[in-house]
Formats: sequence, C-alpha cells, structure tokens
Amino acid sequence: MDGLNVSDVNLQVQLHPSRSNNVRNAVLRELSSLLLRFNEKFQGVVLAYEFKIDKVPDILPSMHPYLYVRLKAKLLLFSPKPDMLLEGKVVKVKQESIHVIILGFSSAIITDKDIREEFQYKTKHGKDLFVSRSHKQHVIKAGTMIRLLVKSMDEETLCISASLLPAHTGSILWLDKHVENVSLTDGSNKRRRGNEEESVMPEPSRTSAEAYSLVDHYIKKSKKHRESATQEPSRSEASSAMSDHSIKKSKKHRESAMQEPSRSEAYSAISDNSIKKSKKHKTREES
Amino acid sequence: MGVELRDDEAAFRTIGDHDLIDSYLVYRARDTLCSVSSGDTEDYRQLLSAMNPEELGANEVAMLVTNLKALAGAVAYIDNVLHNELLSAIFKMSLWNYKPDVMDALIEFIESLATSSGKYVDDCLAMLTCQFFPPGSLPLPKILARKDGVLSRVHSSLKYIADLVPLSPVRLVPIVLDGKPQYRFNNTSTLSLVIYVENMLKLESGMLGEVVRIPMLAGVVDLLLDLDVEIGWEDIKNDSSKGIFEMELEDVDESRDDDLNDDSELPRQLSRKTLGGNSFAEKLDSLMVLTFEHLESCQVADRLIKIFDTLLESFKKTVLTAYKSKFAQFVIFYACSLDPKNCGVTFALMLEHTFFSSTNPPLLRMSAVAYLASYLSRAKFLSVFVVASTLERLVDWCVKYVKMQDDAINPEAHRIFYSGCQAIMYLLCFRMRSMMDDPQLKPWLVRLPLESILNNKLSPLKVCLPSIVLEFLRQAKAARLFMTSEKFNFDDYLESELSREFGGMERLDMFFPFDPCLLKKSDSYIRPNFIFWSMVQPTYDDEDSSDEDVGEAFAGDDDGGMDYGIMQSLEEEHFDFAEVGSALNKMSITPKDSLHSRFGGAINQPMRMPSRIRPSTSPESF
Repeated sequence: MDGLNVSDVNLQVQLHPSRSNNVRNAVLRELSSLLLRFNEKFQGVVLAYEFKIDKVPDILPSMHPYLYVRLKAKLLLFSPKPDMLLEGKVVKVKQESIHVIILGFSSAIITDKDIREEFQYKTKHGKDLFVSRSHKQHVIKAGTMIRLLVKSMDEETLCISASLLPAHTGSILWLDKHVENVSLTDGSNKRRRGNEEESVMPEPSRTSAEAYSLVDHYIKKSKKHRESATQEPSRSEASSAMSDHSIKKSKKHRESAMQEPSRSEAYSAISDNSIKKSKKHKTREES
Repeated sequence: MGVELRDDEAAFRTIGDHDLIDSYLVYRARDTLCSVSSGDTEDYRQLLSAMNPEELGANEVAMLVTNLKALAGAVAYIDNVLHNELLSAIFKMSLWNYKPDVMDALIEFIESLATSSGKYVDDCLAMLTCQFFPPGSLPLPKILARKDGVLSRVHSSLKYIADLVPLSPVRLVPIVLDGKPQYRFNNTSTLSLVIYVENMLKLESGMLGEVVRIPMLAGVVDLLLDLDVEIGWEDIKNDSSKGIFEMELEDVDESRDDDLNDDSELPRQLSRKTLGGNSFAEKLDSLMVLTFEHLESCQVADRLIKIFDTLLESFKKTVLTAYKSKFAQFVIFYACSLDPKNCGVTFALMLEHTFFSSTNPPLLRMSAVAYLASYLSRAKFLSVFVVASTLERLVDWCVKYVKMQDDAINPEAHRIFYSGCQAIMYLLCFRMRSMMDDPQLKPWLVRLPLESILNNKLSPLKVCLPSIVLEFLRQAKAARLFMTSEKFNFDDYLESELSREFGGMERLDMFFPFDPCLLKKSDSYIRPNFIFWSMVQPTYDDEDSSDEDVGEAFAGDDDGGMDYGIMQSLEEEHFDFAEVGSALNKMSITPKDSLHSRFGGAINQPMRMPSRIRPSTSPESF
C-alpha cells in the first residue's frame, strides 16, 4: 500500500515550567496532539511517533522560564496523494457509491461515476454488491478488502475521494489471484507482480529528513542519525541493536499501524537504518 | 459449476418497476443539478421552491419526500458553491416540524451527503446537532409527542455517519459543545436546555461514547457551573432577607411550622421562595436532576466508575477552581453516594492529595480542604472509618507543619495551615460523637495530637472562624478530648478579623461547599444521603450546657447524657423530615433568637452551629 512512510525529524518543544517534573510525559502530551490530524509541515497525518530527547532541556531566558526541549523523532506518516494505490475495507455498498475505511480511521468514497463499467450493481440475498461482468468471482461487498486509486483527500476531515477505474483496482483477494490476467492498460500505475499471498508494492515516497519546530515551525535539514549515535554511546548501542531486526520490525510495525491506527500513541520501534535501506516495502496482503 | 452459476443468477434481484421509478427520479435530480453549471436553472428553481413550500399539504409533503430521496441518490453531483441555496434550505429544515416520512427522507439525504465527501461532514453534523432541541415556535404537546421520533433518528444517523466516517465523532464534539442553546437568553426555555443536555448525555452513553464521553461530560459540568455562576450569592441575598444566608436550623424551624399545614418537603421552603423566580436556578435545578438520573442509569449499567474518573477530572479543572461554586459540586456528591466504597473514597483522596501537594497554588489547596471537610461532614454514606483515616492524615500534616514553624500568629502567611485546622475542627463538630461512640475509634481519637496543633504559637483557635472554634471546643470538652485554659472573647460570633485575614479576598474561611442544597428538585436527590446539622449528635448535653460560658476554660465534667435514640434511628434509616418534625423539637439546640446570638452577646449565649455559617454572608466578602 502506498501512502505510508517514516520521517526522521528534529522537533523543538517548549514546555511550561510546571511540566518540568516530568518532561517526557509533557513531550508525549505535545506530540499526541499531532495524531490523526493532517499536518502541513509533514504533509501527512501522524500515525505514530518515537522520540529521543536530544539533550538536557534549556531554560529559555525570558519572563516565563519555559523549558526548551529538542527532540529527534521518527514519525509514521500517512500521506495519500492523487494516483496512489491504497487499501481498505468496504463498509457499505450502495448503488451510487462504495464506502471504504482505510487504516481504520480514514474514510474513502467511490461514487458510481468512478466505478468502472466492468462492475455491475446488484443485490443478492438482501445484500448490496458490485460484481464484475467479465469475472463473476470478482465481487465487492461489505467486508471486502479492496485496492483503490486516490483522487483527492480532504485534509480537514481526512476523507478520501477514490476511484475504481483502473483495471488493477478492486478486490485485493481477486486481484492477487488473477494478477497475471489483469491488463495493465493504465500507464500511470506502477507495474505489479505477486503471488497468492504477497504482492510487491510501489516504492514509497521517502520523506526528506527535515526538522520542524512545534513552536515556531522553522525548518532545517536534520543531521544524519548516525552522527548523534556516535556522540552518545548509549544511543549507538540501541541503534545497532535495532538495526539487526530493522527490516522485520519495519514491516511488522507498518502492518500493525495499518491494523490499529487508533493505538498509534504507542511508539514505533522502527530503526532508522531500516527506512533508509528499504527501497521497497513488502506488505502482506489479506489472503 | 453451471448449476451454481444459475443459482447465483437467480439469487440476484432483478430491478423492478419501483426501482426503475426511483432510478429515474435520481437521474432526473442529477440532470437538474448538472444543468445549473450550464446556466439552465429552471428545473433547479422548481426544485428549490419544492423544498420551501409555503404550505405543507399532502401534495407538498409527497413532493418534498420525493425530492429528498432523489437528491439522496444524487449527492455526488451537488456542488457546495453552485447549489449553495439548495443546501442552505435543507440545512435549515427542522425534523421537529415534519411527520415521520419527511423525517426519514431528510435523514436519508443528510446521511448520504455527509458520507459523500469530507467537505459536507461538518455541515451535516451541525444540522443534526440543531435537532437536539425543538424550535421555539413548537407547542409543548407537539414537542413531547415528536421528541422520541426526532431524537432516535438523529442519534441513529450520527451512528451511521460515524460507521462510514470514523473521525466524524471527533468533529462532532466541538459542534455539540458550541451549539448548545444560549442559556442567558430569556427565550431559551428550560425544556430546550434540558433536551439538549439529555442529548449530550445520550451521546456519552451511546455508541459514540468511547470518543465523546470525556468532552460531553465535561461540557455538561461546565454548563452547570456556568449556570451556577450566573446565580451569584448577591442575587440570592437580595431575594430575601433570609434565604440562602439563613442558618440551617432556622430553615428547619420555619419550614417545620409551614409543614403543619403542608406536606411539602422540608426544609427547603425558603430556598424555593428565594430561588423560585430565578430562571437560572430553575434551569440549573432541572439539569442537575437530569445529570443525577444519568448517573443512576450509569450505576445500573455498571459503568459509573468509568464516568466517575471523567467527572472527577472535570471537577478538578473547573468546579474546584471556580470561585465558591454553589451547586455544581453536588453532581459529584451524588455520584459518590451511588458508590461510596469506590467513588466516595476516591473523591476524598483526590481532595486530600490536592491539599497536601505543595506544588498546588495556596487558594486551590484551601479550596480543596474546604471541600474535603464539608464532604466528610455531610456525606451520610461514608463510613466513620473513612472519615477517621482522612482526619488522621490531616492531623499528621498539621503536626508536621507546626514542627517546622517557629512563627507567631500570622493568618496570611499560614493560611493553608489555618484552613487545615479549621477543616479538622469542622469535621469533628459533625463526627466527634459517632467516633466517640465507636469502641475502636474512641481510643484513637483520644490519642490524636490535637493539643499540639491547636495550642501553639500559631494559635489556630484565635484565627479560625469563631463559631467553629466554639462549637468544637464545646464538643471536645464534653468528650474530654481537648481542653484549653485560654478564654476566647470574639467580638463577632460569625467571623473575626483574623479569620477574614486568613480567608483572604476569596473568603475561603467561610466556604462550606456541601452545605444543604438550595435547589428544590436536586435537594430531593441529595437529602437521603445528606447529614443535616439537625441530625448531628453533639457530645454535649444541650440543656446542661446552654447556660455555660463556652469561652471559658473547658475543665468541667459534664459528659453528655442525652438520649440520642431518635437521632440514631435517623442515622440508620432513610431520613424523612415529615416524620421527624416532632423529633426536631426535642433535639433542637438552636436558640430561637438566633439573630440575637449571631450579632453580639455570643459569648454568653448558647452555641450556634458551625454549619449554619454560610459562605458570603458578609457583603464585604465580595
């Protein structure tokens, strides 16, 4: 699935002096305000975060002695863009539309003008469904996991307008079984290959490591993670320990994030290396 | 395989005539909507006029239903700019004005529109929220007749939208909180406000509760507090020379007289008189009752604990920090009464922790200990052991404080200490007798180091409210718990210069938040779990000590020998004023000429009740 990426960011948080007795909790509180909201700086929705306090907080020399905390954080971002392929679960089928929920929180709607002619609306045993005219087994109904193409996203409500016009969209189960037969007529979409259980997704967009301040929003290029690791031995150890499992953890993490975005306050444990090394993200699809 | 396929085909429903007609109407609606962009607005104008019929006859209703259903199938073709007029007309429609078929069609359209695109979600939620209260023009019988039909549709619709747009409850919260009727406006009826809050509570307990529970409950508490603040002590005072400022037993005395000819509840007659004309009080009273009933339903559903945490958090943020809240605090009192072992104890611990925590602002700590003392004194549902354990920790804190200080009397500098001492004495005024009667607690109470906190350089007995000090000394002497050789000559029985000083501008020295509730309907819920001063058994014998100079040394030996059978039975059973009217005469320890004893001559007059001191009895406290 497209639209998910991990971003390394440097953050600066100013904390009220009353929070100085538990800086970590105060930072968590600040970061949690980013969750499940579209952030223009990050160009995406923050689903999960992990952070390290860069150094001992400074006390700002002003009337109000706020604590100035610098963080290095990894953010799991959901950044759907037009023409990306997303996957979600159908929750409602009507003659005029198909309603899908992506990652458990984002709503996607496909109106009938964005459903390709191949699909025909029918009702069977009182249930609404769309059935392919050419492949009777290709059925979309409530509960089906489908792959859809993003047309646009409302950044306020995180509602996605989507399409089932390309041939490689539809029920994931059916597409994966019949991927060789699907004619890839739409040149804008990435070539797909896979077997019954697994498909290779297009390369995710890699977010440049940029630093954002939660207070004044200034942006600067962050330094490489390894530099900070060499400066602080304890972090270096942690980093190397994590890199051993980098790919597995990365994959596992994303899957869990996809399944349970509401628990995204749990910090991700993605290794920095894993993100940089992983060119392609393999995602286990519903079989 | 072929057979299976044929079965499948047979199972598919063919499109019938009815569906064809529906489809035709939908396509017609789509054409009408699309034609606007090309400049052809004739059909669109007809559609608009059909949505706003001047008269609502059978034909107009049928047309309205048809158009709404057709539009529900064509929502993808609605443009918020091109069809703004149409959307405005529909959003202004009120379900309360229509019969069920129109309601259903309108709800169907709103659901389709809300789930068709993110840009309509907020508008549709706002439209549904507007249905939370009836339009002002609707007569009461119609409101009552249509209420269930409207609200059930609205809530099921909110649930439907949330199923398809999972983040919609998050967007609903600010819309609901901002959309409540303006209680300050005279034309906002109590009924509208009550129905709106009923919907807020319904959201809390409904399917969306997981998301909206905390903000909805906090919103209700905020609203109660807003109304509470509107009532103001001055308003109540101006209504009557007595009213809220009257002392508790005076209320009892007067209402007992009234009760001879009237079965109405005691002793809130005065409160009804004073607050009867206050629209804010009426609204607040109704909302409090609604909240109490909601708490009861939560208790039945075994989820009181879940919402109590939210209530407690809300209490800490708003009520506790508000300037002398008068009524809103009874919500948490009632919640505690429903589950004394969990909620009741948790509340006391929270107040205690707030008082002890040195990082809290002094006013917050003083307010917390005022709440704590009042709560432990008045909560009939709390076991005396819970009270005793809290009292012990309070005393320990005060003992440690005294050990750390080498200062002379200084009301302002040691205001937290004085507020702690006053809380201890106030609490003991109410609970001393019950503790002394308990064979386990009596030796503990006797060993309590009251001497070290009350007899020291800081002289809390001189600083705390005279009425509380004198009543405490009187009971402590009778119980042989604490005696002082010092003589107290207070100029004013009610307050002293030193007490004013330690109470500060906020007069927290005179803040007893759980004094009897003056809202009539709410009081009927609180009363069974409430300890009125008239129910308290002091340790002294009233008759023996009535002529005693209470300011002198408490060295005498006159342990109370009064028969407290009546009061004990009242403690054990559900309290009913109507039945105990005569008993009140027997146990009355309040002088009839209480006004005389209040203003002058206090030293030589029988003791007044500490509970009779009401906050803000002095205008200068403002």
